[in-house]
Amino acid sequence: MKSPMNSGDCILSVDRLSMRFGGIVAVNELSFEAERRKITALIGPNGAGKTTVFNCITGFYKPTGGTMRLASESGPIALERLNDFRISKQAKVARTFQNIRLFPGMTALENLMVAQHNALMRASGLTFLGLLGVPSWRAAEKRAVELATFWLNRIGLYDRADDAAGNLAYGDQRRLEIARAMCTEPVLLCLDEPAAGLNARESAALSELLLSIRAEQGTSILLIEHDMSVVMEISDHVVVMDYGEKIAEGAPQLVRDDPRVIAAYLGADEQEAIAVMESET
Amino acid sequence: MRTRSNTEANVKSLALVSGAGVTASPTDRKPALTLGFAYILKKALFSAFVALVLFSLMIGIRTEAGPTGQLTYWTRFDDLAILVAIVFVGSIVIELARQWLRPVGASSLVPAPVQTGLAVAGRFVAPALLIFTLLVPVIFYNQRYILDLGILVLTYVMLGWGLNVVVGLAGLLDLGYVAFYAVGAYSYALLSTSVGLSFWTSLPLAGMLASLWGVMLGFPVLRLRGDYLAIVTLAFGEIIRLVIVNWQSLTGGPNGIPSIPRPTLFGIPLTPGDDGLAAKLGIAFDPTHRLVFLFYIILGMALLTNWVTIRLRRLPIGRAWEALREDEVACRALGINTTTTKLTAFATGALFGGFAGAFFATRQGFISPESFTFQESALVLAIVVLGGMGSQLGVALAALTMIGGFELFRGLEQYRMLVFGIAMVLLMIWRPRGLIGHRAPTVYLKQAQAISSDLVKEGQG
Repeated sequence: MKSPMNSGDCILSVDRLSMRFGGIVAVNELSFEAERRKITALIGPNGAGKTTVFNCITGFYKPTGGTMRLASESGPIALERLNDFRISKQAKVARTFQNIRLFPGMTALENLMVAQHNALMRASGLTFLGLLGVPSWRAAEKRAVELATFWLNRIGLYDRADDAAGNLAYGDQRRLEIARAMCTEPVLLCLDEPAAGLNARESAALSELLLSIRAEQGTSILLIEHDMSVVMEISDHVVVMDYGEKIAEGAPQLVRDDPRVIAAYLGADEQEAIAVMESET
Repeated sequence: MRTRSNTEANVKSLALVSGAGVTASPTDRKPALTLGFAYILKKALFSAFVALVLFSLMIGIRTEAGPTGQLTYWTRFDDLAILVAIVFVGSIVIELARQWLRPVGASSLVPAPVQTGLAVAGRFVAPALLIFTLLVPVIFYNQRYILDLGILVLTYVMLGWGLNVVVGLAGLLDLGYVAFYAVGAYSYALLSTSVGLSFWTSLPLAGMLASLWGVMLGFPVLRLRGDYLAIVTLAFGEIIRLVIVNWQSLTGGPNGIPSIPRPTLFGIPLTPGDDGLAAKLGIAFDPTHRLVFLFYIILGMALLTNWVTIRLRRLPIGRAWEALREDEVACRALGINTTTTKLTAFATGALFGGFAGAFFATRQGFISPESFTFQESALVLAIVVLGGMGSQLGVALAALTMIGGFELFRGLEQYRMLVFGIAMVLLMIWRPRGLIGHRAPTVYLKQAQAISSDLVKEGQG
């Protein structure tokens, strides 16, 4: 398949990314691009290596090979050279986790305040000015609370702002985690199965939230998702992985009808899948 | 353990089933009770059996070397029988008391109204305690013992608040906190006796040196968690102590450092001479003056620690500490530098430990490595854990209970530790997350709600 992407305005370009764990090749020479202000979905059967790709992009793993370029205002950033916290701090790539990782003993508001750590650290003069309570610090803190309030309203959790994050319902926790990632003001938001465990109504609300984030904040989104209704509805571009390799990519409809994708998902032989499709038509 | 909790759960569910019958006919309470008795009896028999196995060798048979070196032994089965009987009856009594105190299946021994009552009272405890502490030198002016004890308690309050930053907020289990206390004490002792610096000049230096050592400890342990971190910090505390013992030329080794200068009030010593404070003020000299002075110094230092900690919690660094305790991976994903965050926690905790150490040196006038054993670390950690990790008031209350209570039981002599241990075990059963078992949020939109300790993580090290 010819790549339909025109690489003119891509936010992230992954080039021959490989990740090996001992003898196991989790990701093998994967290349794809994510366009700016677009939603790119990364799909594939369980164990295809999607989360490994995410962990490489967000600095939790150091890839064994390949490059990841993030386009930023100050020129391209080589993500493979930055380690963990710098990816979020300098490259402005935020992520969420497959199994929600909020700070359960802190309130929803506090969770969003922690996300603004780096901006607040600067404003507090590395704590010293903040300790003295200088006016500029107070103003910065007020702005941080305003940003947090904005996101709480956006995800419909304003009334639960002072509740412990661990006490929120599962769907609310998912949305709060996305809001927390957005509070770092990222250019690229990586979501690892945001719709997992949500009911139909909640995943519809999630789709809406993600579309509005793309439209209003202009954040590019990279998405791992199993819920095909969400993927088909919101993504602009889909990359399909199986056994650590890219097997297809393109617009959602194109990918959905691709026999190799169906084969990978159904676990069937490629010829068989084509036969099934032909018999259907 | 699992099987036991399973049987317990079975008993509970059975009791619930029979409880449903109770609602139908309130007079018929027999089934629940007989079931309870069978369970209690089973538990008591098991306890008695364990006691029998344990005590049969410890008490049942007494061995001793005879006059020609041969082994002589005799049996004391009557004593053994008495002990096993005590365990059997005691087990029944405890179990009955437990069932009486709480209905089977309830989660807590302390009834809910009492807990909310405690929370309400908690709001008045802190100001009341502060006012009382301020007045202690006035009320107990003529009781040197109480004043001395007050100074001791306040020193541990300060140490507790210092360690609370590391353990309670950042969730890093530090078993070697006494090292920083020692560094602070020796820094002041050496700076004053060899360089001749005054207490007030040495105090910040001692704090900074301790802080430096905090960072030095922090670096190698950055990647360690939980048990591993605890062991390394424990070793660090021992290393510092052993260096002090063996570096004779600098620290005086086991002999310690004598005649450490006392603190002065703006350069005026509190001595009976003509240049002393009493002479300058034109009042009669009284050795208690110095004690009162020391009391207010440590009170001021402790309150400074408290103020700084409360403020730090509301600053990004404090929130990052707590976030680190909750989930380190999430912190990294949010762009928080976990390395510097951990190091600042160690450094801040060590800073306060160093201040407290310098105060200890000036109060005692003499320091030796014996004052900085692992027992001190354990005591301070116990204060933090008992107080409720992260709670400032809890730590203060725990220090008062532990140090004050320890003195209170002085009359019990060798049984003091026993009473103390039992008290700790009981407290941990009743309030497993410490005296103050909830977390106060650092920022709120509408209303600050206490967060239940069930949700707050302890940190993985």
